[in-house]
Amino acid sequence: MTDALATPAERTSRTRYLPWITTPALVLLLVLVWHYYTVISGISAFILPSPLKVWQVWVGMLYSPRAWSHTLTTIASTLLGFFFGMLVGVGLGLVIGRIRWLEVTLNPFIVATQVVPKVALIPLFVVWFGFGMTPKVLVAAVLSFFPILTNTVLGVKSVESGHRDVMTSINATRLQTFLQLDLRNALPYIITGMEVGVVLAIIGTIVGEYLGGSAGLGYMLVSEMNSYQTDGLFAVIIHMTILGFVFYFATGLLRRFMIPWHQSAHA
Amino acid sequence: MSFASSVETPVAATAGAAPIIKLSGVSKWYGTRDKPVHALAETDLDIAPGELVVLLGPSGCGKTTLLRMIGGLLDPTQGRIDISGMELWKNGERQGNAVANLGMVFQDANLFPWLTIEENVALPLKLRGVAKAERQARARELMDLVKITGFERRWPKELSGGMRQRAAIARALSYGPNILLMDEPFGALDAMTRDSMNVELQRIWQETGKTIIVVTHSISEAVFLADRIVLLSPRPGRIDSIHPVPFPRPRGLDVQTSAEFQSLVKTLRHRLAEVE
Ligand SMILES: Nc1ncnc2c1ncn2[C@@H]1O[C@H](COP(=O)(O)OP(=O)(O)OP(=O)(O)O)[C@@H](O)[C@H]1O
Ligand SMILES: [Mg+2]
Repeated sequence: MTDALATPAERTSRTRYLPWITTPALVLLLVLVWHYYTVISGISAFILPSPLKVWQVWVGMLYSPRAWSHTLTTIASTLLGFFFGMLVGVGLGLVIGRIRWLEVTLNPFIVATQVVPKVALIPLFVVWFGFGMTPKVLVAAVLSFFPILTNTVLGVKSVESGHRDVMTSINATRLQTFLQLDLRNALPYIITGMEVGVVLAIIGTIVGEYLGGSAGLGYMLVSEMNSYQTDGLFAVIIHMTILGFVFYFATGLLRRFMIPWHQSAHA
Repeated sequence: MSFASSVETPVAATAGAAPIIKLSGVSKWYGTRDKPVHALAETDLDIAPGELVVLLGPSGCGKTTLLRMIGGLLDPTQGRIDISGMELWKNGERQGNAVANLGMVFQDANLFPWLTIEENVALPLKLRGVAKAERQARARELMDLVKITGFERRWPKELSGGMRQRAAIARALSYGPNILLMDEPFGALDAMTRDSMNVELQRIWQETGKTIIVVTHSISEAVFLADRIVLLSPRPGRIDSIHPVPFPRPRGLDVQTSAEFQSLVKTLRHRLAEVE
């Protein structure tokens, strides 16, 4: 069948399954290029280890309790930071999305938390809270709350006036309107904010671990670097990337379950 | 004026029963950035229980303004609105007991995309704390009345415009208001769907005995539906004239080809051209 004859549904399902073919193919291509480059150029393994070596080290990591304990530390800090980021982002977003003067009043301070170089805050957090989990959780929270907040505000503001009229005409209370309209309308936006937020939470955690501490994947990165294990460095980076993917897709799955009615749930 | 015979005084109500909707000296000014807009001059109008009244007038003559004030969505600048003998607005606050008698249907169906059709229809009952089984049964009944049975579990986006508007009517009727206010309810539909929706509306009105106010631009729609047509004129909006429509019920679409129908349409068209 030619493409012109395909129904839109057929075309959509084709694009839906396309990544299952293209992604592995492109990754394979990249790995091949990488492999042959290391072979042909004879580049030192210290600068660029071969993909095979990196793969071996990474598989080794999967069997190492130490690596798993670092992974779990990173996951715990990320989730905790993300949780607080959500709490503040959604909570504050719902309120300032409806109350104009509060938004105007708080806006400079909210923007300030974002324009300040957040990495510069980490030493400060370390001074205040030590080398434990707290500063990492804090950085993850500070990084992730902003996209969640802005999306929540957008979600509340984008309520159609016609929908508000309906709630008024059926004599809904303010609380009912908030729960049945504002919140439900904001949900797709909140999930979009969460998708961005969760990735930032991982970055925040890892940078936090990198700059101060003795646990987590960020710390592992530093120790591999300090012992000049470039292949280990690559393996940790790949490990982090996979972790990021898992978090991102887990958040994306929320679409299917929480907003099945929304366009984006079928994309 | 050649058509003076068909023009009553604006205050006149249908003889007999106490009005279910009573407007006394209702006016509206909108505050805007430059100067206030006089959207509706002092208006008196009585509507009898069970009447089907159509508000007809050129764009910007204050039809929506008037309907939203009666519906409790907009507070009048002056005057008093009584719904079933209860004052609707007190000190700019809408009174819940009066609002409970009102159901509204808008130009867009305004169904909530995150609720199924049945949940949309039953939403007002949910907010009133009606148990799930009961509100489901009621929703099914109403969906039957407006003839969208079988679409209970669908999302609104999966229905045609006409079906969505039927669902909106069912939602407005779900909590049993005596009055249905409709602002260009079929304005977004194509001519054919619109005709059949008007026949349906007449049937629903006859089956339920509700009092209905419909806002429209369309003269033939007004003549087809109305017991009385309230013709408004602009700048500022006010009632120009009231035209009783005598055709027997139920009216079929064929009534539109009758000479009496055509002559009333013509009268109204001329009058509208004059007030505009
Ligand atoms: N929110 C508002 N602020 C200021 N002016 C308004 C507002 N709403 C309506 N108006 C003005 O009031 C007048 C009446 O408007 P309204 O919407 O009631 O007219 P309408 O008869 O419903 O028109 P249409 O047939 O186009 O829907 C218009 O001149 C309009 O510009
Ligand atoms: Mg209007």
